[in-house]
Amino acid sequence: MEVKVLVFGRARELAGSGSIAVHATDGATLADVIALVKTQHPAMAQLSAFSTAINGQYAAIDTLLSAGDEVAIIPPVSGG
Amino acid sequence: MVNVLLSSEPLSIQACADWVMSPEAGGIDIFIGTVRNHTKGRAVVRLEFEAYDRMAISEMNKIAAEIMVRWPLHKVLIHHRTGILQVGEIPVIIAISAPHRDAAFTACRYAIDTLKQTVPIWKKEIFEDGEQWVTPTP
Repeated sequence: MEVKVLVFGRARELAGSGSIAVHATDGATLADVIALVKTQHPAMAQLSAFSTAINGQYAAIDTLLSAGDEVAIIPPVSGG
Repeated sequence: MVNVLLSSEPLSIQACADWVMSPEAGGIDIFIGTVRNHTKGRAVVRLEFEAYDRMAISEMNKIAAEIMVRWPLHKVLIHHRTGILQVGEIPVIIAISAPHRDAAFTACRYAIDTLKQTVPIWKKEIFEDGEQWVTPTP
């Protein structure tokens, strides 16, 4: 299944792109997709702490994904 | 009533104050975040904000909804900028009206503290001699 991964802030700069297309197996979890992203973009291993979201909501790393989900890698936020 | 905005245009303090103003309110508390000209002794030239737009808006709405339930408030406004901001410009305005001031002060403090922890917005500080993504501060 195809999953779109959005990356922001420092993660976006490490990836060199704000949006990454990932082809994951059916039944993949958020953790599986993050691992694929890191394989495609080795520099992202430098990102030590981050949160994750699915379709605009914070989601735990073991959450199962569905085709067409929008995943986001969220480095420590610094708004305000 | 709740008013949430994520905008690449300058924020208006007066427009925010006017929106929360109400004959039913006994007071208004407004937090205005401003771009500081230094960080740890380094001169800041500008800040660059980026957001995960739809999630930033939904997380700001969650904060507004939560404080409306937790404290007796009348109106809650949370506006945040994106893009490039110069020193002295305004990244964030939180304005709250309430029948009594205690709730407005407490809820406003809670709202800005929570925004800095949960809303997916990032800022990069551009110095005269470099740049860095800002990491969370207490």
